[in-house]
Amino acid sequence: MATQDASLAADPMIGEESLGVTNGKIGMWTFLVMDAMTFAGLLAGYARLRWTPGSEWPLPIEAFGFTGIQLTALNTFILICSSVSMVHVLAEQMRGNMDRAKKWMLATIIGGLLFLGIQGFEWTHLILDMWPYLFDEGYEAAYSVNFAATFFILTGFHGLHVSVGVIYNVIIYLGLKSGKISKDDTSVVEIAGLYWHFVDLVWILVFTFVYLI
Amino acid sequence: MEIKAKGYLSPLSEEAKTSLWVYLKEWMCTTDAKRIGVLYLLFATFMALWGGLLSVIIRLELAQHGPDIITDASFYNALPGMHATAMIFFFIIPAFTGVANFVVPIQIGAPDMAFPKLNLAAFWILPPGALLTFAGFFMNSLPEFGWTAYPPLSNSVYTPIWGADFWVVGLILVGVSSTLGAVNFLATVFNMRCKGMKMFQLPLFTWAMTVTSFLILAATPVLTSALIMLTFERMFPGVFYFFNPAGGGDPILYQHLFWFYSHPAVYIMILPGFGMVSEVIQVFSRKHIFGYVLMVWSMIAIAVLGFLVWAHHMFATGIALNVRVGFMFLTMLIAVPTGIKIFSWLATIWGGSIKFDTPMLYATGFLAMFTIGGLSGVVVASVPVDIQLHDTYYVVAHIHYVLVAGSLMTAFAGVYFWFPKITGRFYNETLGKIHFWLTAIFINVTFFIQHWLGMKGMPRRYYDYDPAFEMANLISSVGSVVLFLAQFIFIANMLYSWRKGKVAEGNAWGDGFTLEWQITSPPDHHNFHHPPYWKPIIRQHVAADQPGGVWHRNGD
Ligand code: HEM
Ligand SMILES: [Cu+2]
Repeated sequence: MATQDASLAADPMIGEESLGVTNGKIGMWTFLVMDAMTFAGLLAGYARLRWTPGSEWPLPIEAFGFTGIQLTALNTFILICSSVSMVHVLAEQMRGNMDRAKKWMLATIIGGLLFLGIQGFEWTHLILDMWPYLFDEGYEAAYSVNFAATFFILTGFHGLHVSVGVIYNVIIYLGLKSGKISKDDTSVVEIAGLYWHFVDLVWILVFTFVYLI
Repeated sequence: MEIKAKGYLSPLSEEAKTSLWVYLKEWMCTTDAKRIGVLYLLFATFMALWGGLLSVIIRLELAQHGPDIITDASFYNALPGMHATAMIFFFIIPAFTGVANFVVPIQIGAPDMAFPKLNLAAFWILPPGALLTFAGFFMNSLPEFGWTAYPPLSNSVYTPIWGADFWVVGLILVGVSSTLGAVNFLATVFNMRCKGMKMFQLPLFTWAMTVTSFLILAATPVLTSALIMLTFERMFPGVFYFFNPAGGGDPILYQHLFWFYSHPAVYIMILPGFGMVSEVIQVFSRKHIFGYVLMVWSMIAIAVLGFLVWAHHMFATGIALNVRVGFMFLTMLIAVPTGIKIFSWLATIWGGSIKFDTPMLYATGFLAMFTIGGLSGVVVASVPVDIQLHDTYYVVAHIHYVLVAGSLMTAFAGVYFWFPKITGRFYNETLGKIHFWLTAIFINVTFFIQHWLGMKGMPRRYYDYDPAFEMANLISSVGSVVLFLAQFIFIANMLYSWRKGKVAEGNAWGDGFTLEWQITSPPDHHNFHHPPYWKPIIRQHVAADQPGGVWHRNGD
């Protein structure tokens, strides 16, 4: 007995990290499960409204006008690139190249801002030019207004996530810059990365549903 | 003012010893899960009184047929929804979260929750959420769409009032609060267990909170998504028609999303109670729980099935018959794991050397009365019967047998059980027993007769009814008033005993074997002086009268 007690006492893991990972990581994973369920609810709403008998859903190509699917495809590419640069942040941090890590972080932030900018441009175009009935009751919608409604809810909720992500990434960047996040604090960066990759992944779903199908 | 207290109750700084204000500030901004737990419990108590008051007003109005105390039918219309919202979202769920905040970290041998600051934030979202939800009372614009807020009734055409918008936003906030709590509990249970404690060594209350947290994680966001869509539909009429059929929306879509949350939510409201009862019965029967592993798996089964039965609330909406039959089958299946749990509790009591202190009275009272609620559940789960009984008082009786005789009684069992641990003092046993008997008897007086009312066809949520129902309604109303008044015995008992009760030892009941009974009452900050470890045991192989795990103080 006594020897067993002594060996247990020497174990540094007592009291926390029963699973050998940080609390933060588990926290982020569980948070993402809940976030995924929110998107699932919105997507289920979209699916129900779209595949309802007599819903007159337009072909996305026609409904988006000149910003079209091409611009959003480019935007999707930008977001995926920013996910790749996020991976580099962690990789460089693990190698101890903090300068490079900072630069990649900056690139990630710029990617996020670009995405938001392009989305803002697209929204402006759609609201002002394509869907006049949104503001002016005189105009008839050419098709089910739910096309626009689900579009705004889904892309808007995702855009909100990107905005939060950009702020989150800026905080990480400032931490890297001031040295508060050292080369050993990889889990902090890893957790931010989880969030960012999730936002990216959800976009691919939203893009597929709203623009492509 | 001088504050005499010990353990986590005592002032943290020198100033707080002399100034009540500083002491209160320490409580409001604390990150100690035990203190946050107490804050939750206080908040829940206030909300219970508030919700109880509303229900008594409803019952007084219904005591006789015809308008009596409320002259404004629309005000009456709003009351049942407000009562339900208060009780479900601001009383029961926070009360369980409160007890769990106190107990779960200690039961797994952790110094605190995984994210103490998040914990505090999750609590402080609730009071503003409650203010928003009930803002209609201050603005004379109460939503009249019940606690379910079905569109199109809840859209801006039929309910064009600000009170309804605030109500929706308030509910979104509660959802955020409880999901943050769930993230915290999961991280705590998964990652902060003391050395040697495997998942299948967890005390059953901790297991219950784990399963509940999963339910919250998967269900609550779906309600949030529905409420977001509802908000947009209300704010931008003519642009968003998610649920309004006039613009191509689908009201049944809302019901699917709502019940995809709210059916699992009924288990969010009862599983923690199951956990508490499991702890109480073990200690007061002085026996280890019968079939621990089965108890855990049945909880998981209830949780999984809970996600597959939501449409039993929609039998009367005209969804396809074969869909209804499927949901009926799955709903009835839930009675199986629930039955397993009931029999495990009975088997634990069987042959035990039983002490009938108040917590045990509540636990056994719960067993008897929850069974009635479960049985009426199986009755309404049957499609043809439900078509008749849907939205009658039968459903009201069912809800209240599971929520009042179920959740409320388990919560009392838990609060009496852990009161010596929380305050370091015993409550008054005589008052506790009086409180139990009054509560148990008048729950039945109030609600049992409602089964009959429902079967005779009295609809729920109506301002007035056929004079033929008068006698039964009067009985129910008298019962509800006594039931409400009896709760002040509880409050008086708690307030008095907190300062003056008999001092409790660490292992207050003498037979507690989980970790919280191995430390002082009340516990110190950070719970343990040395990180404890749990010596693994195989539960099934322990003889019935043996204590459970073996606890060692590390380094002694
Ligand atoms: C064997 C277990 C149970 C079964 C089979 C069951 C079945 C049902 C069914 C079929 C309904 C819908 C009745 C109708 O609207 O016509 C219902 C309503 C309800 N049940 Fe249960 N139930 C069970 C346990 C519970 C538990 C444990 C709780 C909560 C702790 C609960 C809370 C409720 C509530 C709140 C409603 C009313 C919702 C509303 O329409 O406002 N039930 N139950
Ligand atoms: Cu249900």
